[in-house]
Amino acid sequence: MVTIASYPQMQTGTIMDRDIYAPGLGTIVNIRPLTSLEKVFTIQLPEGQSLGHRPGQFMEVSVFGIGEAPISISSSPSRSNGTFELCARKVGDVTTALHNLKVGDKVGLRGPFGRGFPYENFRGKDILFAPGGLGLAPLRSLINQVLDERNLYGRVIILYGARNPGELLFKDELKAWSERDDVELMLTVDRGDEAWTGNVGVITTLFKFISIYPRNTVAITCGPPVMYRFVLMEFIGKGISEGNIYLSLERKMKCGVGKCGHCQINNIYACQSGPVFPYKEIKGLEEAL
Amino acid sequence: MAPLYYSITTEEQNVSLTILSKSAFQEFVARLLPHYRVVGPVPHDIGYSFEEIQDVTELRMEYPTTILPPKKWFLPPKETLFKFTRKNGGVIQDPPETPPTVILGVHTCDLHAIQLLDTVFSSGQYDVHYMGRRKKTLIISIECLSPCDEHSFCKDMGTLTADEGYDLHLTDLGDSYAIDVGTQAGADLLQNYSSSSVATKEEIQKLNAVINAKWPKFSYRLDFDVSELSSIMELSMKSPLWEELGNRCLACASCTNVCPTCFCFDVKDEVELDLVTGQRVRNWDSCQLDDFATVAGGHNFRASRALRQRHRFMRKGKYILDAHKHLGCVGCGRCARACLVNITPVSTFNELYRQQETGSH
Repeated sequence: MVTIASYPQMQTGTIMDRDIYAPGLGTIVNIRPLTSLEKVFTIQLPEGQSLGHRPGQFMEVSVFGIGEAPISISSSPSRSNGTFELCARKVGDVTTALHNLKVGDKVGLRGPFGRGFPYENFRGKDILFAPGGLGLAPLRSLINQVLDERNLYGRVIILYGARNPGELLFKDELKAWSERDDVELMLTVDRGDEAWTGNVGVITTLFKFISIYPRNTVAITCGPPVMYRFVLMEFIGKGISEGNIYLSLERKMKCGVGKCGHCQINNIYACQSGPVFPYKEIKGLEEAL
Repeated sequence: MAPLYYSITTEEQNVSLTILSKSAFQEFVARLLPHYRVVGPVPHDIGYSFEEIQDVTELRMEYPTTILPPKKWFLPPKETLFKFTRKNGGVIQDPPETPPTVILGVHTCDLHAIQLLDTVFSSGQYDVHYMGRRKKTLIISIECLSPCDEHSFCKDMGTLTADEGYDLHLTDLGDSYAIDVGTQAGADLLQNYSSSSVATKEEIQKLNAVINAKWPKFSYRLDFDVSELSSIMELSMKSPLWEELGNRCLACASCTNVCPTCFCFDVKDEVELDLVTGQRVRNWDSCQLDDFATVAGGHNFRASRALRQRHRFMRKGKYILDAHKHLGCVGCGRCARACLVNITPVSTFNELYRQQETGSH
């Protein structure tokens, strides 16, 4: 039997007749370059289907003939409108091929996969976001979800660091957030340039500028592997409890369905139990950070 | 069920136990050949392997072990998941039909491993590729009556016999096989293609004697009971042994390639010469290879051989048990035979146990 797969909707439970490895199709309806390395792809699903994702989840994205790669969903469910956004850095075979695609081209899609942020539990609390570099891409999904239901949350603090001003992502949104009086945004770069008047230093240098009420604060970070320990020390140093700290961890999620083994952190499959973890859950895992 | 000892009180209790003479067994296999793809142990110059047979004389039901486990008939080293066309990005699902298959002569260690793989690929997200082949396959296993060589440690791992996972299970009684029926499909196979008879009191006594005689031939090789393995592994995360194994390991992946319980895989696209059509393929992969846990940006989350060996043994002794309620090692000894630098599960597990007993780390 020859069938052309339609978009596989995320389902729970065991489905015996569907091939979990066969992607459905989405159409690229917009491409927005952010930096020399990152582009945002707006993708539309067939027949106006909604992705039904949760901030923090990821997609397996196929460029047929090149392969498949996990990419976090960068748009918020609150702004789905029949499309979603992926922010991809041109770094591997698949993302390089993705960067060469044009509006109207199709990509293969599986997902959404993994555990996202339990943002309903964050309501009523202050949220401290500390993304580094490309780590803003998955956290942007949650930030915009929170901003779209802003009155349900306490303070929104965003500390964002990049290596240099040219690598700051979503500059238009950073500007918009900085102009809101209900968002506290602070930026830093490891190395400034002539035009840069802001803070210079790694992301942890921003923590001395903020004071928080730790018992009512949820802290969230995502960034390059080297960053986590230092940011965690700042979170803990601010008095935030381990159960209120969330990390989104990068791993090689090849299959997305807990089988292929590539994303394992000790006994945990990051593609299923993560990529978002409360710190207290992974604190004892040797391979987590 | 294949209990250690068969009751001989009444014949009614043993209706599932039947007898097939060896010549009648040959006849049985010959009758299967036109209707099934028949796979069984076949000799090669460097060992035995599970191959499709065309003639019953190719089959060797008495064999020490095979180079690769029967896993390859359910999870092939390379398989096509689907075909695609790069024009309009269409996915074409056109899976080849698996012919009805009978695998003969599966040892009980491999039987335990297949039960683990069945659990892995049928639970959670259902894998139609593995399960499609598995559901088309009947397994006729055989009781091991003597150790295959010095590397196996099935008795320690509790895999020296099996009470489920087979359709039919044979025990060699010399000039005949006692056959334990495990499933209705197995019973039907026997009914349709053989002239087996219900075991007599004498035959049951003979079976009991054979099974009674086999167990002392196998020795225990672990210095501890297997029920302790998971906790030994849990306490061994920081053992200095991993560094030692890492220094010896060649990262060749022979151990995982021959393992009956390893199931990690890689997925790749292959494009035809027309540059339009192609296929997405799944290959066996190995956690022992350098880039197994490397992400696109270049960071390797398990960069040293020591960490990769630790991960392998943790999976075998603990992680898989935690996740799937089956031990990740069945004691077949294949990895020990294949290892070029003599890294073996028995010596590794025993050394970790010794380190804990003596508090040497």
